[in-house]
Amino acid sequence: MKVSVQREDFDAGAEIRALSRDPKVGAVASFVGVVREVGMTLEHYPGMTEKALEKIIAEAGTRWKVLDCTVIHRHGTLRPTDQIVLVVVASAHRGDAFAACEFIMDYLKTQAPFWKKEAAGWVEARAADDQAAARWK
Amino acid sequence: MKVKVLFFAALRERLGTAGEEIELPAGVGTVAALRSHLRGRGGAWELALAESKLVRMAVNQDMAQPADAIKAGDEIAFFPPVTGG
Repeated sequence: MKVSVQREDFDAGAEIRALSRDPKVGAVASFVGVVREVGMTLEHYPGMTEKALEKIIAEAGTRWKVLDCTVIHRHGTLRPTDQIVLVVVASAHRGDAFAACEFIMDYLKTQAPFWKKEAAGWVEARAADDQAAARWK
Repeated sequence: MKVKVLFFAALRERLGTAGEEIELPAGVGTVAALRSHLRGRGGAWELALAESKLVRMAVNQDMAQPADAIKAGDEIAFFPPVTGG
């Protein structure tokens, strides 16, 4: 399991390959979040952010058969088309990998302490994100 | 008892501080009581931490509920609903 909160960009291909080396792995699902339309600055709560992401991954592991997982989330100043977040889940079969990947993203959106600020001000939390997380209850 | 209080994002800007160590009077033993205590400072504190405002809280870097207990040495954070991802 790997969790990283960093300013630097990431190489999704390299991260996916890194989780594909175990011969037990038959499925690797991944999600990349990208900055859309306007630039932003991402603030986070150092320490809690990593802890929250580790808890979300652990929770996914109790619900699906997850062999390995990588979550990378950037902070700092980001421009349109920049990558923000990467989730990679490795499982024996695709059902577990797809579901765990989506679950981790939905929980990250409502539980991990990140805040986006655009030129127009702080981005408001969306009810749709709470609803997306609630469907896993 | 002494605790560490942190503020993030819009809340940090409205309060003009990222955090502080504060000595709490006896009787302030929950997250909700701490929020109410801070609101008692008036001005920006009263507005930013008003009951009507959506404020999330964490104790020692775990999401917390208003009724959760706090103890000496705890790190208690207040922040707006998160918007990462």
